[in-house]
Amino acid sequence: MQVFNLSQPLNFMRLKWPAVMLSILLLIGSLASFFINGINWGLDFTGGTVIEAGFSQPADLAAVRQTLNSAGYDDAVVQLFGTSRDVMIRIPLRAEITQAVVGDTVLQALNAQQAEPVTMRRIEFVGPSVGEELKQDGGLAMLTALVGILLYVALRFEWRLSVGAVVALAHDVILTLGLFSVLQLEFDLTVLAAILALIGYSINDTIVVFDRIRETFRKLRDVSTNEVINSAITSTLNRTVITSLTTVLVLIVLFYLGGALIHGFATALLFGIAVGTYSSIYVASAIAEILGISREDMLPPAPVAEDGEGAVL
Amino acid sequence: MLNKNPLWRYILVSGMLLLALLYALPNLYPQDPALNISATRGGVITAQTQLALEQHFTAAGIASTSDMLSNGQLLVRFNSTEDQLQARDIATTQLGDDYITALNLAAATPAWLTAIGASPMKLGLDLRGGVHFLLAVDIKAALDKNLNDMAQTFRANLREDNIRYRSIEAEPATGQVLLQFRTAEEVTKAEAALKQRDRALIFNANVEALSLQFSFSEQQIKDIRDYALEQNISIIRNRVNDIGVAEPLVQRQGSDRIVVQLPGVQDTAQAKEILGATASLEFRLVDTEGDISAAIDGRTPPGSELFYSRDGQPLLLEKRIMLTGDHISGAMSGYDDYSRPQVNIKLDTKGGVMLSAASKDAVGRRMASVFTEYKPGTEIAADGNRVLVKQQEVINDATITTRLGRDFAITGINTSAEAQNLATLLRAGALIAPVQIIEERTIGPSLGQENIELGLTAIGWGMAAVLVFMALYYKAFGLVANVALLGNLVLIVGVMSLIPGATLTLPGMAGIVLTVGMAVDANVLIFERIREELAEGKSVQQAIHLGYDRAFATIADSNITTLLVALVLFGVGTGPVKGFAVTLAIGILTSIFTAVVGTRLVVNAIWGGRRLQSLPV
Repeated sequence: MQVFNLSQPLNFMRLKWPAVMLSILLLIGSLASFFINGINWGLDFTGGTVIEAGFSQPADLAAVRQTLNSAGYDDAVVQLFGTSRDVMIRIPLRAEITQAVVGDTVLQALNAQQAEPVTMRRIEFVGPSVGEELKQDGGLAMLTALVGILLYVALRFEWRLSVGAVVALAHDVILTLGLFSVLQLEFDLTVLAAILALIGYSINDTIVVFDRIRETFRKLRDVSTNEVINSAITSTLNRTVITSLTTVLVLIVLFYLGGALIHGFATALLFGIAVGTYSSIYVASAIAEILGISREDMLPPAPVAEDGEGAVL
Repeated sequence: MLNKNPLWRYILVSGMLLLALLYALPNLYPQDPALNISATRGGVITAQTQLALEQHFTAAGIASTSDMLSNGQLLVRFNSTEDQLQARDIATTQLGDDYITALNLAAATPAWLTAIGASPMKLGLDLRGGVHFLLAVDIKAALDKNLNDMAQTFRANLREDNIRYRSIEAEPATGQVLLQFRTAEEVTKAEAALKQRDRALIFNANVEALSLQFSFSEQQIKDIRDYALEQNISIIRNRVNDIGVAEPLVQRQGSDRIVVQLPGVQDTAQAKEILGATASLEFRLVDTEGDISAAIDGRTPPGSELFYSRDGQPLLLEKRIMLTGDHISGAMSGYDDYSRPQVNIKLDTKGGVMLSAASKDAVGRRMASVFTEYKPGTEIAADGNRVLVKQQEVINDATITTRLGRDFAITGINTSAEAQNLATLLRAGALIAPVQIIEERTIGPSLGQENIELGLTAIGWGMAAVLVFMALYYKAFGLVANVALLGNLVLIVGVMSLIPGATLTLPGMAGIVLTVGMAVDANVLIFERIREELAEGKSVQQAIHLGYDRAFATIADSNITTLLVALVLFGVGTGPVKGFAVTLAIGILTSIFTAVVGTRLVVNAIWGGRRLQSLPV
């Protein structure tokens, strides 16, 4: 069985400019959404208190809001979390009372109203300075990862490919952030982890294509750059699709079975991998081509392991 | 011959897999809810204690099995968490204050596995339930305190050297101690004298203003910060042990943070009270000469300070501190000869010498204990946290009946409960710098259990989906890849169980699921390459050989970059995200190993070196 059985390379680069235009439009859209909608930062970044309470019966949200109102938490956001018996209450940072006791007092207030006591499933309190630091550290982590990859690819391959790879990664990250901004999905710590994992996954894909571009350049003489890139993408297409497929498969499982806490994580990766697969074909290679990559750049050849067993660990 | 491997390679790889399997085994055994009972203050748990407890449990209808641990601790196992909680209440009431009863999850690892050092993976708080605190240490307060100490030392030194000064005051706002003199000659003399005592001190002389300015060097500030942090950590460790938690974690994070993790603790209010109580103690002489009513009006006599006692009585105390709480090495509540509650205090050697000198000429005078607490006030600091407010009160003043030494007692305490409370705080030690809770995460036990089940289900179904897909798509080679995938899972779990620092969290489980999806990538690369080589007309053996060879460079390049990302993630992440980074990194390494080395061996064993016309790939 084979997904694509192609004897001739597909002309991917024919769609280079439309693809670049599409990407630019999507990037502009994402950035516009940042400025207009902003990002729905989760508790980890904003600070505040989140209480997850388990009810023995399907919860009456209006009653819970009423209870919280009379307890003085009129700014609380109350919503169901995962199931109808699971209620999540978000309370923003406040100055006048001791932050750390908010969770306990809310639970007490809820218990006073309920015939059967609610179970405390989760209380999280994050102070304001912690969230600010996390934003900085998260941004720093992304930049560090990108610069690290830029250097590694430049060293192992060539600077044009390196630029292509990093632009493709930034593209994936910005579009995923854009999705979270447009849909106003909550951006918490696990989503940050997902985006960093996405950088790892997406670069994986890109490197496989680059590796083949380099190899094809060395193998075929008197062929245009366009054809080399087309040939490289075509011959790795099966692998690209299958790996994306298995990864998407497990992510769908994670999305549906992993529970509400993992939802954001799975969403970010599902979307990111779709975008990442597209960008390693179009963005990364197209940019390398636009920057004028040629056969000469791939020479002299690095010593390729020719001695049989030597390459196997 | 092409595609044949020597026997030792098979033995080595299967040996590694077996070892991983062995160390992964303890994870299959369930963990029992248990109680960890230990004695405090030199008490012992005897066989009688054990027997009596068992009887109480049986009477309440709770089934239990217990074993005595080597270090005098008793571990009692139960069938359910309900039994465990009920038993804890029974044990606490039956045993009283001299024992600490901690909730625990005891691994039911068989003895033969424990003997080779195998143990189950450590579960993060999001999987086992419990509370996580992030504490910020107020370094500024520690620096201010040190400035005051320096000012006091300078005063004493100059007095000893008979050098006159106008004033010596600590200025926390500028981080300096300002020493003012009457003549220029005194300025130079003082600087020389103080420097002679400690060459490391840095002074800034301003002869025209007749002053000397002292400030800490970068290194000294770092030392003060480290000391404050270390002292806080050891004190918190002590306090956490008092709460009775099995396997607590108290760890430094960054330059001024402390992470406290208390698995199994649900009552965060109590934990917070104990962690948050940042108390320090000072002993000062009561100034009986000064005019209290004038002091209340704002005219405090020089050398004295106005304080209030717990019931609001004003009291003039000397500025000079006889002794600070950080010299206290022990404090216990007890009773005097007339059965009145008191607190017996034990000092370290330096503290003993200091107090002895300070109380030599003070017999018959009154000594007050000033209790200082830092509580978050209403004012908000620039960083968004509430400014800690210093609250000082005189908790006790007693007449010095004799020259005090390393052991003395504070009497005049109203109730034995109060004495106990004071003693507990003092025993835990005086914090040099106050701490504030800046992050708290509590996970209930039901959610933890649920998270484990969700994670396991996701891993199971994700794995099944990938296994079926690979078998359908690559046929026999797909089955080989599936063997590698299962081997990979065993390796991940085995390695995670072996590494002491690795903790499994919910994002970590998501990381394992993700690894399962991505781990086949290496095999996909290899198999696709073999297909290509076959399509180009290479012989079967050539195709296998070249397929593995050529795919390897790609696999290495693409995985090194992913590993780079995992390292960055580990560097900046905390808690659950770190757990994710660890599983991701381990997963990458094991998947390269199983996909490249493992499947090669299997493929070679089945198809290698044979005359074949086609391959089931």
